[in-house]
Amino acid sequence: MRSKSSMRMLGVSLAISTLFLTACGDDKKAQQSAQDNPFPSTYQPIESKPVVITNVTILDGIGGKIDKGAILLEDGKIVAVGKSVKSPSDALEVDGTGKWVTPGIIDNHSHLGVYPSPSTHSHSDGNEMTGPVTAEVWAEHSVWPQDPGFQRALAGGVTSMQLLPGSANLFGGRSVTVKNLPNRSVQDMKFPEAPYGIKMACGENPKRVYGSKGGPMTRMANVAGYRKAWIDAQEYRKKWDAYNAALEEGKAGEAPKRDLRMETLAGVLRGDILVHMHCYRADEMAVMMDVMKEFDYKIGTFHHAVEAYKISDMLAENNVCSAMWADWWGFKMEAYDGIRENIPMVHNAGACAIVHSDSDIGIQRLNQEAAKAWSDGKRAGIDISQAEAWQWLSANPAKSLGIFEHTGSLEEGKNADVVLWTADPFSTYAKAEKVFIDGAMVFDLNNPELQPVSDFELGQTFLGGAQ
Amino acid sequence: MRHFTKKLKAVSLAIMTISMSAQSLAEDIAITGAKIYTMGEAGVIESGTVLISDGEIKQVLDSQRVPNGYREIDATGKVVTPGFIGALTNLGLVEVGMSAGTVDARAGAHPVSTVGAAYDVQYAINKDSTIIPITRIEGFTSAITGMSGTGQLFNGQGAIIGLEPGFNSTLKAKAYAHADLNNNGADRSGGSRASLWVALNQSLEEAGFAANYEFSPTKAWEGWITSADAKALAPVISGEIPLLVTANRAADILQALALKEKFANLNLVLVDATEGWRVAEQIAAANVPVILNPEDNMPSGFDHLGATLENAGKLHAAGVKVAIGMNTHNIRLAAQHAGNAVANGLPYEAGLASLTSNVASIFNVDNMLGSLTPGMRADLVIWSGDPLEVTEAAEVVIINGEEIEMTSRQIQLRDRYLNQDKSKPVSYR
Repeated sequence: MRSKSSMRMLGVSLAISTLFLTACGDDKKAQQSAQDNPFPSTYQPIESKPVVITNVTILDGIGGKIDKGAILLEDGKIVAVGKSVKSPSDALEVDGTGKWVTPGIIDNHSHLGVYPSPSTHSHSDGNEMTGPVTAEVWAEHSVWPQDPGFQRALAGGVTSMQLLPGSANLFGGRSVTVKNLPNRSVQDMKFPEAPYGIKMACGENPKRVYGSKGGPMTRMANVAGYRKAWIDAQEYRKKWDAYNAALEEGKAGEAPKRDLRMETLAGVLRGDILVHMHCYRADEMAVMMDVMKEFDYKIGTFHHAVEAYKISDMLAENNVCSAMWADWWGFKMEAYDGIRENIPMVHNAGACAIVHSDSDIGIQRLNQEAAKAWSDGKRAGIDISQAEAWQWLSANPAKSLGIFEHTGSLEEGKNADVVLWTADPFSTYAKAEKVFIDGAMVFDLNNPELQPVSDFELGQTFLGGAQ
Repeated sequence: MRHFTKKLKAVSLAIMTISMSAQSLAEDIAITGAKIYTMGEAGVIESGTVLISDGEIKQVLDSQRVPNGYREIDATGKVVTPGFIGALTNLGLVEVGMSAGTVDARAGAHPVSTVGAAYDVQYAINKDSTIIPITRIEGFTSAITGMSGTGQLFNGQGAIIGLEPGFNSTLKAKAYAHADLNNNGADRSGGSRASLWVALNQSLEEAGFAANYEFSPTKAWEGWITSADAKALAPVISGEIPLLVTANRAADILQALALKEKFANLNLVLVDATEGWRVAEQIAAANVPVILNPEDNMPSGFDHLGATLENAGKLHAAGVKVAIGMNTHNIRLAAQHAGNAVANGLPYEAGLASLTSNVASIFNVDNMLGSLTPGMRADLVIWSGDPLEVTEAAEVVIINGEEIEMTSRQIQLRDRYLNQDKSKPVSYR
């Protein structure tokens, strides 16, 4: 419960600073913290009783499978996983006969909240198409927590996701990682320990959007644009590093002026902000991995990566993840070479493969997307177990988002973000029956009270709803 | 009607025979041992034989028998269905949709047409599109194809095509008309349903008049729609070809059904029918089928608020004929869509019918496509298992009596990059 204790700490320090105005040390600290983290998470797990699921097939999310196993969730954490577990007497017992348990699905590419339903023009908050470099904007300031897409994704077993700005810009802005438990504000959803990400984009989109608006109008100008921005960011970082070093030595001069755009880019260069780069073509990904070396930053994940299969060895060497669709292709030139075996081929090369949605429909059945890729790979001679393949849905996206320490697998001590499926989740007919976030049952296929409804859908004449 | 399509089929077969005269005629094939979903009167056969001869289904047997001269394909433990039919696609009319040159699936205004009804895709179909092999190796053997938009009231006249290799595989031209009677349609026809519906009624009234009108270049036609539009819409008024109408909210669906009161012979088909489940009884009573995407459950606009995964199941339960499959590059995923409809209340065989017999009957080609019945075009698929399961696949695909080669540009890209030989540039692999 790091969130709780840090909240309390912040509360205490604010209280102190209010009571003792002379204590300017504390005052400065609070100010500093508001500057470093001006929109802190206010996420609170829902209180829950212990839950034990028995006689269930378990995919632990890191390659292990237990037949007729059991899992205990308590105090928001996974407490035990095995053939059998000891459970407290007050635990809710769920018979999992014929059912499957997996870690909650994590979608590292969603635009829920920033392109919400209904998709009216007034809701179009995902692409700041006013200039190719808008690293200063933050997706969380666009997120509408009442997007009914969150509840539908929950019915598909999605427990966490990254909400990204669109891909019109070379630098589209900061992303935010959230728990799929929307409440009154985006802060209420923010995954407490998640680092920030930045959305970048290769290829067709920036040149299409800016080709007649001052550029870039070519791929070569895209690359010039990234490099120019990194040069500016290096300089900005140097200024602040010098100031901070002087401050440490007690020789503080005047602080340089903050620049929100440069703050984000410098955060990437420092390794604090993870890079999520929309890139389809193999040749462009290869160029971007050279730009990354030139400026000594890390590309965490290529998104869409429709041609990742062509450079799977390079992706493995550079330790860059690829977040992919199972079978989308052909809707634009850079998606023309999509193949159904992309995901298993990337996995097979030892690189990090992720199944992502980029869609309010696709996010509802990412398990089926993984199943398609898994079986297509098998038919092409790439033999991966279901237990291995589940990494594409939970562990690998968690790594891509910097939250694997906390979630993404069924390991003792991790957040109890868990899905109970009605059947083998690699089947078209399987559904998420119960979904747990931090140990609390937040969705139940058989209990309308645990089928949340957003403000938007409340009181409409007819409710379609997640089902 | 049937006579007309039979004649068309005879013509297309004749063309086929001429164009393939250098090759041998279609071979005789016996598929044995499979569980056969005939989707016709023979129902489901647990383990039988399908006999194919001269490009047609010759017989479906409930036992194993290989007549002399037939090549046997042993499909023991597999599932056989009729070839799936893409229910509403742009196949052959687009290669890459965005920023990639001419796309025949969409058009702008042209003086030949006031309302977009006259446009005709039969001249635009490109059988060399790479999407076609990519689609057929996944068990889709024919497709309805038409325009996605003209910026006007109607989306032109669509066609039905076979997906076999070769050029001459248009099974039916001028096969249907299509209008969007939803928010999009309103936006394109004055900005309101109040303008859209007047334009629609005016178009249909004039087309009705045109049925008895002798068109001549020396005689003035002073209708609002052009003479080309009127000619295209005349078979819609007579009910000879279906009128597809995309409608989403319940009120729009009821308005569409009411068209039949005024134009009695209309052969109406609803597309999307997002809130169809709310008025399922009325749709069933009007005997109107629905083509839908069962995964469309987002309240994506104020005419989609009742979107639900249960739409297909509820419509079927009320007695509405449901077809599934609206996409182009990934029309192959219609089997997954149907599987999800089954997961949400559509009975299993209705799920298969939504991809086969129901599509064929909606487009009046059930004398040719959509079931394994003697005399039908031999379009069928041997599946590794349940075709609605995402983990199963088409293993053998037969189109118009010929076993197709299971390859595509995607398969070739895959195989090139599965080859790990890095001694030469990839273009030599």
